[in-house]
Amino acid sequence: MSLQVRHLTIARGGIPVLAGLEFTLQEGQVLIVRGPNGSGKTTLLRTVAGLQTSLEGEIIGAAERVAYAGHADGIKAMLSVRENLQFWAQVFGGSDITAALDAYALHPLADRLAGTLSAGQKRRLGLARLVVTGCPVWVLDEPTVSLDADAVGLFADAVRAHLETGGSALIATHIDLGLDAEVLDVSPFRASASHHSGASDEAFL
Amino acid sequence: MIALLLRDLRLAFRAGGGFGLGLAFFLIVTTLVPFSVGPEAVLLGNIAPGVLWLGALLACLLSLDRLLALDYEDGTLDLLVTAPLPLEAVVSIKALAHWVTTGLPLVLAAPFFGVLLNLPTAGYGPLVQSLALGTPALSVIGTFGAALTVGIKRGGLLLSLLVLPLYVPTLIFGAEAARRGASGLDTSTPLIMLAGITFGTIALMPFASAAVLRMGLR
Amino acid sequence: MSIWSYANPVKFLALSTKVQPFLWAAAAMCVVVGLLWGFFGTPDDFRQGSTVKIIYLHVPSALMAINAWFMMLVTSLIWLVRRHHVSALAAKAAAPVGLVMTLIALITGAIWGQPMWGTWWAWDPRLTSFLILFLFYLGYIALWEAVEDPDTAADLTSVLCLVGSVFAVLSRYAVQFWNQGLHQGTSVPVATGGRTVSDVFFYPLALCMVGFGLLFLALVLYRTGTEIRLRRTKALRVRAERSA
Repeated sequence: MSLQVRHLTIARGGIPVLAGLEFTLQEGQVLIVRGPNGSGKTTLLRTVAGLQTSLEGEIIGAAERVAYAGHADGIKAMLSVRENLQFWAQVFGGSDITAALDAYALHPLADRLAGTLSAGQKRRLGLARLVVTGCPVWVLDEPTVSLDADAVGLFADAVRAHLETGGSALIATHIDLGLDAEVLDVSPFRASASHHSGASDEAFL
Repeated sequence: MIALLLRDLRLAFRAGGGFGLGLAFFLIVTTLVPFSVGPEAVLLGNIAPGVLWLGALLACLLSLDRLLALDYEDGTLDLLVTAPLPLEAVVSIKALAHWVTTGLPLVLAAPFFGVLLNLPTAGYGPLVQSLALGTPALSVIGTFGAALTVGIKRGGLLLSLLVLPLYVPTLIFGAEAARRGASGLDTSTPLIMLAGITFGTIALMPFASAAVLRMGLR
Repeated sequence: MSIWSYANPVKFLALSTKVQPFLWAAAAMCVVVGLLWGFFGTPDDFRQGSTVKIIYLHVPSALMAINAWFMMLVTSLIWLVRRHHVSALAAKAAAPVGLVMTLIALITGAIWGQPMWGTWWAWDPRLTSFLILFLFYLGYIALWEAVEDPDTAADLTSVLCLVGSVFAVLSRYAVQFWNQGLHQGTSVPVATGGRTVSDVFFYPLALCMVGFGLLFLALVLYRTGTEIRLRRTKALRVRAERSA
């Protein structure tokens, strides 16, 4: 089942940032979202993940199928790496975390408290969470921040493995991951100043 | 859901989790009361049920601003919203974890603190009964307050201002039951009212909490 | 034409600007005439003496203190269901007015209570309920101030108003259970139609009540207008920034 976005208009702080957005994410496909800072990439990803509501348009096939990873990893410092992963696995109805530990080479760290990890290691733990969710659609916001070259390679491998099982991914990133991916440039969809549809202060103009 | 409960309990018991803070605060309040009103045993015995109830209420309030704010700061809350758990269940579990780590120890410790305040013998049973019935309501209402203020920087003081008026009915019926018990009167009416408030809030408040949490995270 | 067309801020502003002068005039006339009539045109009560005359401030302000919250409850519901911005802003505008009405009721009550009951304050159910209402107003206003995004603030305060209303009613009954009071019963029970005040006191009192109601309406319209203009200014500034 593909994820379809139809005529989507999204707002940040009550002001439309992107309007008339259309794209389809097929099974086994990666879509890289690009655009300058402040263009609304994060807002788009949060809207697809269901954390924000859109002003217009519809998102088909996202309900309960999306795993989201944003700037914060949702890691508890006082739990070990294993406990952190096990918790998210149980929340999403799974239990096996070995695959996730394998994918990001976390086995040596499994019993360390997450609070003692470096920034890059924490990020790997945050990304390993996606594997245990078992969700078919990954929505990732700058996933490679603070990762070194090796870890970026691990991440690209994990995405590839995810695609092979029929999954798909929507990734906002600036670096080249070496994936066979299509690019969605959001710049053309920038909402014009005259676009007020549904914005919270529209009624006052 | 059980995983969420276990995680919250585990976090509370580990270092820095804040378990026992509420209990220590309760002890300090109980200790300070005789200093402020004088050591007279009869007077202390008279005010003991009310002081213990107020102390328990304030101890509950103390830990509320950590209830959702910590999960908000590290991004867990965003991830929980996108998880296949109903948000109503998430806030209920959060409230349950708060009660187990804060309310339950207070209920168990209250008789010992009653000794410090010279609580009449007849009052121990009703005190524990009323606290056991009333503190779950404090946790559930408190979760609503925490959900209201989750996105607000330094929302701690605002949280107290919002939650304390909502605590009025619980406090009135709870302390009334404890007070009647201490003077040997029948406690069934206030206890029934207290149970009504507690079960009512447990049934309905999670919907309000989840609704404001969704609004606040948007 | 449906009443909802006035949910449009521009139309609302146009209408409210038009009716406001008349509203202010009517409110001022009712309040001034009612108070003067009450203070100078009615005899002293045989038991309470001239202190009874504070009733012309006390009762109307207490009435409006409760009705203001009720109005906030209705407008909050309208915001949650129909998402009309004017409704949310009217609730925001009404809160400080309600707060002041509650304060007036509490203060005049204390001034009246001193010679009557021999004390400025008693933990009587009615007094206590008003104190709790005062706290609810404070929390509601503080929440509006604390949330930055205006729509989120409207959402959160609306739910707080709903939940607060339930707890305010609960508190009212809890307080009644907790302490039977000194306060006399309602002077003008609307539900039963009977009343305990004689006509000579009732007519100026009714005039004051109408006056306070009109005053409240005028204040809320005025304050809502201010809030709408604030939002309009903000929206225009954002648009100017975006096209630059």
